[in-house]
This record gives sequence, structure tokens and C-alpha cells, in this order.
Amino acid sequence: MTAILAAEHVTRRFSPRVTLGDRIAAAFGARVDRRPVQAVTDVSLAIRKGETLGLVGESGCGKSTLGRMLAGILPPSEGSVRLHGAPPMRGPHKITTRIQTVFQDPFASLNPRQRIGDAIAEGPIAHGLVTRARAPAMVAEWLSRVGLDPAYVSRFPHQFSGGQRQRVAIARALAMQPEVLVCDEPVASLDVSIQAQILNLFLDLRQDLGLTCLFISHDLSVVRHVSDRVAVMYLGRIVEMGEAAKVYATPRHPYTQGLLDSVPKLQLVGNASISFQPIRGELPSPLSPPPGCAFNPRCPKATDLCRRKRPALTPREDGTLVACHHA
Amino acid sequence: MSALLEVRNLRTHFLTRAGVVKAVEGVSFSLDRGEIIGLVGESGSGKSVTGFSLIGLVDPPGRIVSGSIRFAGEELVGLPPARMRGLRGKHIAMIFQDPGATLNPVMTIGTQMALAVQAHGGASERAARELAARILTRVGIPGAAARLNAYPHEFSGGMRQRVAIATALLHGPELIIADEPTTALDVSIQAQILAEMKALTKQSGTALIWISHDLATVSSLADRVLVMYAGRIVESGPVAAVLRAPLHPYTRGLLDSLPAMAAPGQRLNQIPGSTPSLLTLPPGCPFAPRCPRSTEVCRTDPPRVAAPARHALCHHPLEAAA
Repeated sequence: MTAILAAEHVTRRFSPRVTLGDRIAAAFGARVDRRPVQAVTDVSLAIRKGETLGLVGESGCGKSTLGRMLAGILPPSEGSVRLHGAPPMRGPHKITTRIQTVFQDPFASLNPRQRIGDAIAEGPIAHGLVTRARAPAMVAEWLSRVGLDPAYVSRFPHQFSGGQRQRVAIARALAMQPEVLVCDEPVASLDVSIQAQILNLFLDLRQDLGLTCLFISHDLSVVRHVSDRVAVMYLGRIVEMGEAAKVYATPRHPYTQGLLDSVPKLQLVGNASISFQPIRGELPSPLSPPPGCAFNPRCPKATDLCRRKRPALTPREDGTLVACHHA
Repeated sequence: MSALLEVRNLRTHFLTRAGVVKAVEGVSFSLDRGEIIGLVGESGSGKSVTGFSLIGLVDPPGRIVSGSIRFAGEELVGLPPARMRGLRGKHIAMIFQDPGATLNPVMTIGTQMALAVQAHGGASERAARELAARILTRVGIPGAAARLNAYPHEFSGGMRQRVAIATALLHGPELIIADEPTTALDVSIQAQILAEMKALTKQSGTALIWISHDLATVSSLADRVLVMYAGRIVESGPVAAVLRAPLHPYTRGLLDSLPAMAAPGQRLNQIPGSTPSLLTLPPGCPFAPRCPRSTEVCRTDPPRVAAPARHALCHHPLEAAA
């Protein structure tokens, strides 16, 4: 299996911008917190041709930052991202059209003053994928492919519902004929019935176009539904990664176990009951991650070793990678 | 024993420039003491407006145009505002989705909770803060007494929601209305809060109306479920029975839309179309344009309900499994 898109030991830090006000305050002896936040730490992964890798984790775990680095829109602080062996970025600029992204909020990612036809045609025309004369036909084709009436071509984003806007965002990304599609929470803000429609559209298009995908979501059941392999992130690192069926059936890492336990399940028998064991405590601040394993303060299995030494992500006999001393 | 809350044919409309938005259109249900009801629906189904109507917080241009809300024998529709203020917070409390918006950012947690205590009766500042600390401990905030002096921004999202829950519990209300209280939270925090809400209501015998778009959350918490669509309750019944064998095609469609209900990678059995505009509802059943079972009668006549215990607002209900 050949990896199309790979991250090699990528780390991303965000340093707080020191404003003039901060500098003046510091001059008068105020304490200004300049510690950088390490959003992603030493992550390596590879996405193979035609597969969908699901990336799950709770808010603040670094999944979107990792996704943006893999999409070629955010340079890593350390390590490298490679698309077919070559970096997708030069300095701060993306230099490939082979990766496209669909974001959570299509209202924010679509220009409110641009007609959706222009939004879809703009990229392909600029990159010479279609001539200006051929563009209207291409736009019409993409609109009908994502389930929108081609007559909507001259409408503005506010004239669409949330689900329809997400269809426009998908059409715009796919009109660039990408090889890899990065989806960052594409269905998180949609109602259940509309979410099902967009997931179906995603499954259909992925199959028709043979897309390779990175699918980022906090929703474990959505990720299970679309992914071949899944990576679970906690506090900037991958704690477990493997085939989705195996990870969901027999989660190894205590965090993955707790996360899967926390998801409310449809209770179809008997009286309502809460059978899950919630994970104790809360996500520690990425400004001061705990020593050793980052999960140790919340982990039921934590021992002295976990508080001292960070476990490495190592392969188990069935191929699943797990970062835990006791799994 | 009579029900704690008895809602009959509640209609809440918004008189907007574009027309009359019938957000709640003939909602009836009852709730016993200590019972947990899940009110489920998608955006615009009227579930939140129903909640706001119960606690008298519908602002113009919206108003309750007809119907009755009897709470512990007292009629709430048309109640003088002063009397409503006496009930609100003391006997009926509400928890909102975004605790960041409901807590005052420039007041410490202790001060605002003490104000909430003193709003109903003359507890001393000290007694009020002691009560606040005791309730905060009960909802799982460690070191509560010290944290009374903290501001909302010093708490995480989950902790802020716990503060909002504690504030709702201060007066030991008979009824709590919770509007999507865990939607903005991560699953691990949601699980903690669900477990705590369940325990708290069981301990104190408080009735709870849990408004949510998430069927799975409701199924792990509620005794009964009400499914709303376009301002109407289209199906109601014991939660496990409704989810195992729904009678209404909309409930069936909602369940089939969940990825957990299909094999991984398989297309989901989606509901076509989108929720109708409440300004231009079709004359018959509002779900008819999206419904696989709809016939001519669905497009012309609104369906009516006969049996209240387990009902579906539908001309062609699905067969109930034994």
C-alpha cells in the first residue's frame, strides 16, 4: 500500500502574540504569559490511496491543527508533511491543488457576497483546470452532482439552508479535482436528518471519484461510519490508531475505552439506564501538560510508571498502534 | 395523584413582518412529579419555544395565543408577571445550552448564586453562599467553597454548565427545564453531567424536561419521549418502546439517519428534503412532503390524535411490534 499523504514527526506550536499593551504591562512588572501552546506533538501518520482515515478526539486535542497541516494550509513547527513525497507547502504558501478542504461552517468558508457559481468556478479557472467558457457547464454539473438544482447558480450563500451550503462547499472543493479531501467536522452543525444526507453524499462521491480522505470529527459514530482506519488524539498526540473495526470493537487505550463508553447509546430495551463509566476529570491545559503519559491524571489504570515515562506509540500483534504502558 | 404539569393545546406564535410563525401549534402533554421527559426534534421543530413557553419567557413578537399550562394546579397562561417571577427559579428552573451566555461575566459565581437565592426570600448573604457551596459540591465541583470567589471565565465549559445546574437546583424546584444543556460539551463531560442529572433528579424527586436533538442522550436519561416536528408532537410514549418500534414515519426516519443504525460505510436511510418553513406549512400533515407513506389524505387533512398514552400524529402509523 502506498501512502499518498504522510505526516512525519509533525509538531505545531502557537506562540501568543505579544501586543504593545502586553509589552507596556511587562515594562511595569506585570506577568505576561508567553508560553507557547503545543497543539500537536510529534505525530506521524500516513494515509493510503483510496482510504479514509478518521481523526477523533475532544475539543482542544489538536485534531483540527493536525488536519490543517495535512491539508497544506498550516506549516508545521517541526517535522514535515509529504504529498507523494513532496511538501504541499513552500514557506507559508500552499503549492498544490491536489488537497482540498471542507470545513465545519460553510457560512464562514463561503464569501457572503459571491454567487455560489462564481465560488465554485473561481479556483478551477485560476488554476487552468477549466476554461472560462467551459466553466458554467462545469458548475452546473457539480451542482447537480451534490444534489442542488443547477438553477441556483446565481444565488448567494445566505439563500441556502445549512445542509445546502455544505453541499456547495463540497462542490467547490471537488471542482478542484483533488486527490485528497480533508473534511474538518463537515456535519457537526447539521441536524440529524440533514447530517444523514450529507454523509450519504460523501460516501457516494468518495466512491465515484476514488477519493482519499482525512475525516475529522468529535462524533465517534460518524467517524466509525465513514472511516477505514481511525486515529484517536489526546492532548496533541495520537494515543491509538488502527483499523476502525478493530479499534471500535476492542479499544486498547484507556482513553479510547472511556471515550467510547461515554457516547450515549440508543437504549432500546427496558428502562432508561446509564451504563457508562464517565472519564473522570477534565482535559488538562496544553500549556502545562502533565509529565509522563498525558492521560495519567484521569486514567483508572495509571501507575507510577505512567507518571514518570511517556509511553511510545507501538504496534500490537493485530497491527493497531497504542501508546499505553498497560494495554 | 394529579400530574405536576398539564399542558393542553399550547400554541405559541411569532407575529413577524413576514407572517405568523406557528412555532408551537397544539402541543399537549403531562408530566408527573419526578418524571423525566425527553423533548426531541430538529432545529425549528418548536422544542425550545415549548420550553420557553412553560417558564413564561416568550418575548415579543412571540406570544402564547391559546392553550393551557397547569403547573401544580395553577394556570400559568395569563399569569401576572410578578406571580410568574415568584415561580420562576423557585418552583420551575431552566438550564440553557450556553452557560457562557447565562452567567454574568463580571460577577463571581458566589455572588450571582447568592443573588439567585435571595431573589426568593430573605436569606442572609452568608447563608446564601453556604447553600451555594453545598449545591456546587453536589453537582461535582471540587473545592466549592473556594471557587465561589471565581469568575465564570475561570471555569471550563463543563464546570460552567455545572454552575448553571447548581443555580437551577438552589431552591429545590419541582420542575427543571433543560434546553440542550450538554450539546456544547465534549462527550466525556456530557457523560458525567448526564449521570449526575439522573442521580440528582432521582434524589430530589424533581421532574425534568430534557430538550435535545440527540435521541441517544434522551434514551439513556428519559422515562418518556416526545418527538416534535414543525411545532407539533408527532409521537410520544415510553422512550424504549418509541425507539424500538416507532409509530410515526418521522421518528423512524430520525432513527434511520443515525450512523449507529447502519453498517459502517453503508448508505444511511435518509429522510429526503428539509424541514418546512413554519411560515408556509402545507395544509395537511406537515411531514407529508418528506414522508414515504403519505397519500392524498395526508396532503389535505391534518392527522388527529386519539390515544394519549402512546400516540403518533399520523394517518398511516407504522405497525407497532408486540
